[in-house]
Amino acid sequence: MNTNLYNYILGIADNSLILGQRLGELCGHGPSLEIDIACTNISLDLFGQTRSYYQYAAKIKEEGTTEDDIAFLRREREYMNLLLVEQPNRDFGHIMARQFLFDVYHLLLLQELEKSRDMTLAAIAKKSIKEVSYHLRFSSDWIKRLGDGIEESHQRVQTAIDSLWTYTDELFHQTEADKVMIEEGIGVDVTKFKDDYLKRVTAILEEATLKIPETKWFQKGGKQGIHTEHLGYLLSDLQYMQRTYPNMEW
Amino acid sequence: MSEDQIKKLEAEFEARIARDEKIEAKDWMPEKYRKTHIRQISQHAHSEIIGMLPEGNWITRAPSLRRKVALLAKIQDEAGHGLYLYSACETLGISREELYDQLHSGKAKYSSIFNYPTLTWADMGAIGWLVDGAAIINQVPLCSTSYGPYARAMIRVCKEESFHQRQGYEIMIKLANGTPEQKEMAQDALNRWWWPSLMMLGPTDDKSVHTEQSMKWKLKRKTNDELRQQFIDQTVPQADLIGLTVPDPDLKWNEERQSYDFGEIDWDEFWQVVKGHGPCNKERMNARVTAWEEGEWVRDAAMAHAEKKESRKVKEVV
Repeated sequence: MNTNLYNYILGIADNSLILGQRLGELCGHGPSLEIDIACTNISLDLFGQTRSYYQYAAKIKEEGTTEDDIAFLRREREYMNLLLVEQPNRDFGHIMARQFLFDVYHLLLLQELEKSRDMTLAAIAKKSIKEVSYHLRFSSDWIKRLGDGIEESHQRVQTAIDSLWTYTDELFHQTEADKVMIEEGIGVDVTKFKDDYLKRVTAILEEATLKIPETKWFQKGGKQGIHTEHLGYLLSDLQYMQRTYPNMEW
Repeated sequence: MSEDQIKKLEAEFEARIARDEKIEAKDWMPEKYRKTHIRQISQHAHSEIIGMLPEGNWITRAPSLRRKVALLAKIQDEAGHGLYLYSACETLGISREELYDQLHSGKAKYSSIFNYPTLTWADMGAIGWLVDGAAIINQVPLCSTSYGPYARAMIRVCKEESFHQRQGYEIMIKLANGTPEQKEMAQDALNRWWWPSLMMLGPTDDKSVHTEQSMKWKLKRKTNDELRQQFIDQTVPQADLIGLTVPDPDLKWNEERQSYDFGEIDWDEFWQVVKGHGPCNKERMNARVTAWEEGEWVRDAAMAHAEKKESRKVKEVV
């Protein structure tokens, strides 16, 4: 098995799985019916992407591995998503701030991944770009509405940006698998678009009359499987059926 | 308008319905027609929205990625149904806010079936198979109801509902053909959802207060008892086919009627749930009210931002 390629794929795919799961929790509880539908839509897109990546990863792993084995049957230390995407749905300000900070990154990542030498990854990226462009438009619009809207919304979304900012530096860290895959022309060098990311995020936050947090202290670890305490609970829901009823088909 | 004029208008109106013409939003209509339609369409829209909750309960725990995606898409369809039913209802001169107020204050009703809890994954199958199955039987006749916006919304709703029903039955097939634990889960879900599904088709004809007028306006094409019989006749063979047992000891094929005879429905339970004392009435209402109240600042922000944007635009022009 090409362990580096496998880990590289999971490093991207796990973000879609975990964020999709977080958005799935909201279904039926949104602030309006239209927002509810939009968030479910984003969740659906992310799960669709997850499936494409995992199906590919399953082929690379040993015979008989399925997308569901990868999604549901790993231990908590084996999930490689960013800390940002596992953060809980505290309020709509947090939900949109998390989405926005991830979407800007996600789109930049996919635009590079589309040029990958790996044709499968390039194809998944190409398809996902259309979806993620929409996600970014949705979350950017909401950041602007909430920032500019009323005092309460301004404060809430500022609090959310401030509290999530500490997870943004990790987006640009590289794992061993990343380095090998960049070397082979398959992976994306995320450090290259860090400035572009900050520029784009800053532009929207300024338009939303929001302040860029000044903290220099950042959290990391998701890419190495060292998560926040929130992930364990998310996984207990996610894995419940597969753990309680092992080896069955659904 | 004089009484005579109104009578004449009413006679013309009834004649149009008898000729199968569609009534449109801007047409004259009797006040009672408008009110009855607001009641029924909004009740239907509320049912779609409340109906998202018992299924939403299983999104995070769905057993496979394929099932998770299908369940999410199904619930999203329901939100969409709610959306265009509310829109159809708004054409009758009532706002979405007023409709939500009626739901949140308990003045408006929604389908009682959603006050039952979803306890296992098999409930996702049972709801699709039985609840959506019963809903289709209720709703297909509405595709040709007299009020145009409602009839058109229903055509789309019915197409999607029949897809959901097949999806639910497919979940049940998989469980029924699975391990003993899975089969037991499927049977247990059928046991719990069977009777409430029969109740979904409404009180017996002698207890149904709206039937006669609704028949005349084509809001109803068959009586509750006829619809219930149709549902049973259609569903029992589907249960047989996958080796599940319908939990009714009195269920028996009646050769003469070419229909199933069935046991007594517990109408006390039905009225208890309708009156707000089912297992989940409070949770469902609480979830909706909380979502609405906690969303207020978000909606206010969107409105304020739109107004500010508009006034900035005006200033630029000036």
